[in-house]
Amino acid sequence: MSRKTQPTPRKGYFGEYGGMFVPETLVSALAELDRAFAEAMADEKFLAELDRCHREIAGRPSELYLARRLSEKCGGAKIYLKREDMNHTGAHKINNTLGQALLAVRMGKKRVIAETGAGQHGVATATAATVLGLDCDVYMGTEDIRRQQLNVFRMELLGARVLPVETGQRTLKDATNEAMRDWMASSEHTHYILGSVCGPHPFPTMVREFQCCIGREAREQMLAAEGRLPEVIVACVGGGSNAAGIFHPMIDDKQVRMVGVEAAGTGLRLGEHAATLCAGSPGVLHGAKSYVLQSEDGQTAPVHSVSAGLDYPGVGPEHSYWKRIGRVSYTCRTDDEALAATAALSRAEGIIPALESAHAVAEAMDLAGKMSADEIVLVNLSGRGDKDCNEIAEILRRRRGG
Amino acid sequence: MSGLDDNRLVRTFAELRSAGRKTLSPFLTAGFPDVETTAALLHDFEARGVKVCELGIPFSDPIADGPTIQSSFTSALDAGFTTADAMELVRGYRSAGGGIALVAMVSYSIVFRRDASRFLSEAADAGFDGVLIPDLPLEEAGEFEPLAAERGLANVMLIAPTTPPQRRLQIAGHCRGFIYYVSVAGITGERDKLPEATIEQVRELRGHTDTAICIGFGISRPEMVRTVCEVADGAIVGSAIVHRIADAIQQGASRDDIVARAGEFVSELIEPTL
Repeated sequence: MSRKTQPTPRKGYFGEYGGMFVPETLVSALAELDRAFAEAMADEKFLAELDRCHREIAGRPSELYLARRLSEKCGGAKIYLKREDMNHTGAHKINNTLGQALLAVRMGKKRVIAETGAGQHGVATATAATVLGLDCDVYMGTEDIRRQQLNVFRMELLGARVLPVETGQRTLKDATNEAMRDWMASSEHTHYILGSVCGPHPFPTMVREFQCCIGREAREQMLAAEGRLPEVIVACVGGGSNAAGIFHPMIDDKQVRMVGVEAAGTGLRLGEHAATLCAGSPGVLHGAKSYVLQSEDGQTAPVHSVSAGLDYPGVGPEHSYWKRIGRVSYTCRTDDEALAATAALSRAEGIIPALESAHAVAEAMDLAGKMSADEIVLVNLSGRGDKDCNEIAEILRRRRGG
Repeated sequence: MSGLDDNRLVRTFAELRSAGRKTLSPFLTAGFPDVETTAALLHDFEARGVKVCELGIPFSDPIADGPTIQSSFTSALDAGFTTADAMELVRGYRSAGGGIALVAMVSYSIVFRRDASRFLSEAADAGFDGVLIPDLPLEEAGEFEPLAAERGLANVMLIAPTTPPQRRLQIAGHCRGFIYYVSVAGITGERDKLPEATIEQVRELRGHTDTAICIGFGISRPEMVRTVCEVADGAIVGSAIVHRIADAIQQGASRDDIVARAGEFVSELIEPTL
């Protein structure tokens, strides 16, 4: 029975995407979280405290930086970078973990848990937990533990426990499963700090709200610098939290084009990439209806990206909605393009971007080259590349050897 | 109201109740280790007095399941088992005269991908009597319920220890076949003891609904089946059975031996209900 469904304003839905597809055991925890989040966001004291944490701990506001030499190199539009890479812990992730950790304290929880792929969200969670006095356990696939030794060490140094996950592909998706399982048994005293705009309601809305500081600042900074908004905003999309954070506050500025950049990996056959919106189809994963990479039979597909942070077979439901209504266009860039953009930005501006963010830089460089000098491209530089240096060195070594 | 009077699951619990009997509902992973063994297990269990069985359709990311069931899912999927194979398995079991009431335990990821209507038509056609979708809570089940009912399938729903009292009644009102009462907050897996509070909650719910109630999660021994059946209509045992099947496979047991070992365990478990 295929009935035409109009987007209906159901709670926790973005058009037909979103929802709360979780075991009954989690429903009351999500309802409690939904209430607590709504109350907190209506409480001036909570918002002031969040703002203080963002300033004093994360180091906000992050700079808006005109990348002159990179712009010249591309020979077209001016490229501005929103410097989320300058945040404490090295990426936009801290914006969300501080928000959720404050909420955990407000709800009287003593412990937080998180999933992590590359370890950036794990480090940001461990940091927020420590500074707010919460116990912290981070689930991480053993494959990622092997690839991201430095972040494992950072989390442990920050006082968190890293719990290895041996199931499935032993990466982010599997760590997410394990964190949800933990939460089913522990929600009475534990809050689950989910790291992206994914998962069941209220997570996609809550994480976006905690990330919207990016777009609010960028909007003001753009107006101050240029007296107008950019022609186009570019952000990378794995789960989609940095993109949602910069897009959402300008989503009603209809003249601003928005581009989300996914990981095309080594090719667009299933298993070679993580381009969920570009190559996937609507499905249900980790509690939400959204685009998913899965087999004909509904089994989650293996994914690949050189950047561990984009290496995920799902995407936030609001992005599926923005794709459906045509507000944001989604494209993808390969591992090689991301590596080339990493080198280009490093050499032009002295900024080593995270491999995730480098996907957005690659897209922005191409777009800027085709635009005129009085136009503006704004890139969300979501994280810095220190964490990736070992991985990049390894790839370059292999290539020289081969 | 439900239009499910002819449904085998509904009928089975009605018969059990009028006979003053309780039941054991084993859980099996469809296709673990292969189609033939699962079918042989069903026939064996039936001969030992099993009347209701849950058949888990393997899924790559079962968040409500513990390591035992998850690894059986992974193993079946690695061997190439699909949802279509699960349908064929049940069709074969029915055409060989199999009479256990069968509930498909399946993730909504699979149901949605296949299209809910198509999935339910296939399940009804194959010979399933009910569906249990652990990741489809009341809020999301609105469109699904009538689709199941139209095809004569009972939509079994779960109540958890974390479910507030008022919501338990709501779920009980929507649930068909039997209510799956989750004994502990957490995932499936063998445990030593059941929480007292669960037994009390079920006793309380018993006074508010005529629908059968089965308790599952963590039940691993005959004494636990006996305790559960003092208040509920049945006990569901999954991980403890799958665990024995996995052990037998690991030890290189033949199909007959796997079936015999799992069957003997089921005989021990079902004894308190006979």
